[in-house]
Amino acid sequence: MQEDPQISAVIAVLVENESGVLARVIGLFSGRGYNIESLTVAPVEDGGNKSRINIVTSGTPMVIEQIKALLYRLVPVHRVSDLTQIGPHVAREMALIKVVGTGEPRTEALRLAEAFRARAVDSTTGSFVFELTGASEKIETFIDLMRPLGLVEVSRTGIAAIARGPKTI
Amino acid sequence: MNASTDLKDSLTAPPSAALSMPVQNGAEIVLRVLQEQQVEVIFGYPGGAVLPIYDALFKQNAIRHVLVRHEQAAVHAAEGYARSTGRVGVVLVTSGPGATNAVTGLLDALMDSVPLVCLTGQVPTHMIGNDAFQEADTTGITRPVTKHNYLVKRPGDLARTLHEAFYVARSGRPGPVVVDLPKDIMVGPSSYTPASEAPHRSYRPVREPAREAVQAAVAAMRRARRPLFYTGGGVINSGSAASEALGRLVRLTGFPCTSTLMGLGAYPTTDPQFLGMLGMHGTYEANLATHGCDVLINLGARFDDRVTGRLDSFSPHSTKIHVDIDASSINKIVRVDIPVVGDAGRAIAMMIEAWEWSDVPVDRDTLAAWWRQIDGWRAIDSLAYKQDPSPSAVIKPQHAIRRLHALARETGRDTFVTTEVGQHQMWAATHFQYDRPNRWMTSGGLGTMGYGLPAAVGVQVAHPDALVIDIAGEASTLMNIQELGTIAQYRLPVKLFILNNRYMGMVRQWQELLHGSRYSESYSASLPDFVKLADAFQATGMRATSLGELDDVIRRMLAHDGPVVADICVDETENCYPMIPSGAAHNEMILGPEQSDRAARITDEGLMLI
Repeated sequence: MQEDPQISAVIAVLVENESGVLARVIGLFSGRGYNIESLTVAPVEDGGNKSRINIVTSGTPMVIEQIKALLYRLVPVHRVSDLTQIGPHVAREMALIKVVGTGEPRTEALRLAEAFRARAVDSTTGSFVFELTGASEKIETFIDLMRPLGLVEVSRTGIAAIARGPKTI
Repeated sequence: MNASTDLKDSLTAPPSAALSMPVQNGAEIVLRVLQEQQVEVIFGYPGGAVLPIYDALFKQNAIRHVLVRHEQAAVHAAEGYARSTGRVGVVLVTSGPGATNAVTGLLDALMDSVPLVCLTGQVPTHMIGNDAFQEADTTGITRPVTKHNYLVKRPGDLARTLHEAFYVARSGRPGPVVVDLPKDIMVGPSSYTPASEAPHRSYRPVREPAREAVQAAVAAMRRARRPLFYTGGGVINSGSAASEALGRLVRLTGFPCTSTLMGLGAYPTTDPQFLGMLGMHGTYEANLATHGCDVLINLGARFDDRVTGRLDSFSPHSTKIHVDIDASSINKIVRVDIPVVGDAGRAIAMMIEAWEWSDVPVDRDTLAAWWRQIDGWRAIDSLAYKQDPSPSAVIKPQHAIRRLHALARETGRDTFVTTEVGQHQMWAATHFQYDRPNRWMTSGGLGTMGYGLPAAVGVQVAHPDALVIDIAGEASTLMNIQELGTIAQYRLPVKLFILNNRYMGMVRQWQELLHGSRYSESYSASLPDFVKLADAFQATGMRATSLGELDDVIRRMLAHDGPVVADICVDETENCYPMIPSGAAHNEMILGPEQSDRAARITDEGLMLI
């Protein structure tokens, strides 16, 4: 195969909300050895009858084309849209970040959280749970900053993405 | 049973259905859908979870049931039926082991794009997940081996789901569809809904190719100096009209034509414009033409690794046109220049039209020069073998197939060939001739040993008066030899033609060429006496051990009005040539034993390939 560069792609998939549909999508990736860097799914349309899956994946341009064609081939898939290809898009995720500590590190963590517009959604005298929404890079930066300040646990949603402008999937 | 849920569901069913018909149970609804889908025969095996369906079968006469001896065989039989008729094959098996035994057949059908609906029994819905007796997660297990699958959880969904299963199986790129049927849904009341005329909510396969794509393809074809048609199973799957159109297109253009294993018969293999099969055991002229062409027109084939050989030197100088109904086949393995997504038959018809309208001049002289080059390659006669003509001579397997073809042709009967997998399969592909589509049934993608005998059952059921021959190897056929019981029960006059070399021949060949002749576990020790075996299954057994006996055995086999097992004892050391060793390019073929040292030069990278 050609030595093409790896590219990252954000793919939005609108699926019929039926049992097994997520397993089909995941099985497609695992069965053919493709990467899933992030995957989110929730009902979005048609009274809950349609779900949207957002997948972040990487591969050569040929592999990304394959992934899209294979996704579209699945019977319960309505639409497949490569957000990285059709134009600019917004991609956001949410993270819950637990920091444990007292004294100066605790104050520093709170100060940084304010700067990042993270909300403390749970506080005890010895811990915080911060909620932070934003681009994945912003979340990663925040996590890195929390590491020396008592970071103990991270829970991330994975990205939700949508095209900018009036265009829809 | 889960009676309370069933009642609730039947109350919510459309009132019209409930009023117009006496209440039917799920099993009766299943048969009603099959009837509406014009199913004439089911291949199956009963068991606890499907007893209600077998009971409903017992009470009707519209649909025949063929009782096989193993669920894998049910699927292969349905494949044989489907591929020889172009219709959807139907399988009925029970839960648990019934379903898991069907898995190999389902994957076989998926890889070879065979339309099937496989109904599997399931434990009652309230017991799913309890590790109940004969429970398996059938939709989970069969998800990667089917085009699509369903678990019917509510009686109201039953009829609609079954209709949809038939639509999905036969439309687009055909494939197997599993419908898992819990026993309570079969026993409880259900409602009937006719097949929907409305388009499917999400699944809309593209059938009609884009006109601009076809025009671009035809423009490239008219400018071609060294063109080649490379046709595959997609042409056959498109229906007999597609094969007729292919014949017209090939004659109209004057281009040479090669075919994959799956596509044999779409274009007559006896026609002078046909170069023989391409690929690992394809002819010298087909492979060198593929290597040397400047425009390669792929019609319904998928650049399988058995065809391409070493990828970075596959057809290196050609503009590639690829017609495929499955968009995910395009650019999967080989980067193509002109993709045409759509039905092969439609694309061929549009190509004919565009060719006739086009004013791009065709250079007949360079085409003639291309043909002279091809004829030079052809003169090498790469399928040649050396048969000692004395009556006591050992039979060469290639010769046995050539005699089988000649004598079968003399009978004038419509002839269908199935095969097992291995050397005999390649010889059957290259030494028998196929002038019509749907007459050649073999396991291509999955390479399933044990395919041929059950597939022959399905073909013979579909074509009771035709001559149906399973060209087999002794090792493969033993994998589903129990189907001689099915053949006996239904008095199917299937001819099992065994090329018996006492080895798993293709394994032995690779061990000889690539593993220093260390024949590890590839000798067929303790073989049964096939003549006596035939007798035990109420068939007629016969044997040929030398050339002098061959024609007589074939003649007696063909003349016999009943099942025959012919044990043709052939040269144990014969290898299948020509051959492109794994990891080699099309212009690095081994033509015969005198060049077999070429295989020893294979790289470690090549050795890792299958």
